[in-house]
Amino acid sequence: MTRKNPIYLDYSATTPVDPRVAQKMIPWLTEHFGNPASRSHPYGWEAEEAVENARAEVAKLVNCDAKEIVWTSGATESDNLALKGAAHFYKTKGKHLITMKTEHKAVLDTMRELERQGFDVTYLDPEPDGLLDLGKLQAAIRPDTIVVSVMHVNNEIGVIQPIEAIGEITRAKGIIFHVDAAQSTGKAPIDLAKLKVDLMSFSAHKTYGPKGIGALYIRRKPRVRLEAQMHGGGHEKGFRSGTLATHQIVGMGEAFRLAREEMASEGERVRMLRDRLLRGLQDMEEIYVNGDLERRVPHNLNLSFNFVEGESLIMGMKELAVSSGSACTSASLEPSYVLRALGRNDELAHSSIRFTLGRFTTEEDIDFAVKLIRERIGKLREMSPLWEMYKDGIDLNTVQWAAH
Amino acid sequence: MAYSEKVIDHYENPRNVGSFKKDEEGVATGMVGAPACGDVMKLQIKVNKDGIIEDAKFKTYGCGSAIASSSLVTEWVKGKSVDEASGIKNTQIAEELALPPVKIHCSILAEDAIKAAIADYKKKYGAAEPDADKKAAD
Repeated sequence: MTRKNPIYLDYSATTPVDPRVAQKMIPWLTEHFGNPASRSHPYGWEAEEAVENARAEVAKLVNCDAKEIVWTSGATESDNLALKGAAHFYKTKGKHLITMKTEHKAVLDTMRELERQGFDVTYLDPEPDGLLDLGKLQAAIRPDTIVVSVMHVNNEIGVIQPIEAIGEITRAKGIIFHVDAAQSTGKAPIDLAKLKVDLMSFSAHKTYGPKGIGALYIRRKPRVRLEAQMHGGGHEKGFRSGTLATHQIVGMGEAFRLAREEMASEGERVRMLRDRLLRGLQDMEEIYVNGDLERRVPHNLNLSFNFVEGESLIMGMKELAVSSGSACTSASLEPSYVLRALGRNDELAHSSIRFTLGRFTTEEDIDFAVKLIRERIGKLREMSPLWEMYKDGIDLNTVQWAAH
Repeated sequence: MAYSEKVIDHYENPRNVGSFKKDEEGVATGMVGAPACGDVMKLQIKVNKDGIIEDAKFKTYGCGSAIASSSLVTEWVKGKSVDEASGIKNTQIAEELALPPVKIHCSILAEDAIKAAIADYKKKYGAAEPDADKKAAD
């Protein structure tokens, strides 16, 4: 089984720029190159207009006012600006923040930095299905809690957190609620007129837009204040200085417009493909779906293939571009922290593969993938001493392993 | 991760995958590693009456380097005496496969697997040499 290019099933890592988006971006690099902050000539005026049109498109997808959108370089910067900005502004009110252990590193590492600066952070465990238990959140809130940060859709297992219910809790207590929505735009509906979310991070490149551009939603009513993290010319109402990247912004606007128009039909199509993938594999022995299958975005399937190690699995499926939940290629050799937080044992956490489908995935891709996965898992299990022991009826938990 | 051609060759065409029957004459088994660490290697050697390893088989749960390291050592131990085989060093394995620094532990594990199999052989068949025994317990 060979094929020239690996089939791309890693849409949660990044997406290709939609050709319609790329087309719209190009004139803003060459012809219309003006600085949107230039007020003295038409080059600047037209660039400003393009930026504002794009801002309106981003706002429309999530149903907020365009004035509440601030451009950044991506979701990581948005997370940093939201968390550090709010913590620094509200530090006289309190020094406690709450998040989850399954958050993206852009949130977790920012929280670590805030801890170094003297803030106190609580990291909540998810339930075994990956979701937050609201009771645990309630119990963690203290009189000095100023910020709660919970992602909308998890990047590894695709589960959708109950942000509507969390917003009710935080708003009632006057706590700022930040949501990392990098993985959810175009995949799960977002209505900021209804959600009691105060800050929300967005990325373009997970939604068929270009890399290097993102946005932060900053609620105006009730008003949320932030301390800027990037200083300079006072762009973006002082929240984030730096010359606006017109072409990138135009790309994000067009990508989000397409997401708004096509989300419903695309979601259904991708869900059918994801279900086809799962159906093709689910009769295999000892495979496990990680994360709740219902409260989940349609394009994600995270599976653990017991008794096969994740990195060798990825190597064995080089015709597929997928990613391992396991960070085995790093020096740490630690299995996925997300799966560990769900309470998965080490073997299963080491054996996970994330399949994320998207706009350009076809039925043929899925059928090819199913056939290949079944063949390669079979081969790797024939090579696995753990599989052999399992087949011999040995309970691996009773074996005394020599840790190394 | 970019692997050397040798690692990829051993991964795609692993040598001597399989198991001997545990009660087969001259067979000894070494199992090292732990699922929690992401690597488990099982190496079996079949030693003839003259103390020569005439066959070897492996099964490995682990990354591409771990599979390649164990595949390679099954080739290397074949035809060697038990004592010669116990002299195989992880540095030789790492060098042959051009393992990157983060994968050196795979070659260490493969060396441990040889030692564990030899220790099992000596335990079963009693050809004890105090020095080698001590080494195997390290």
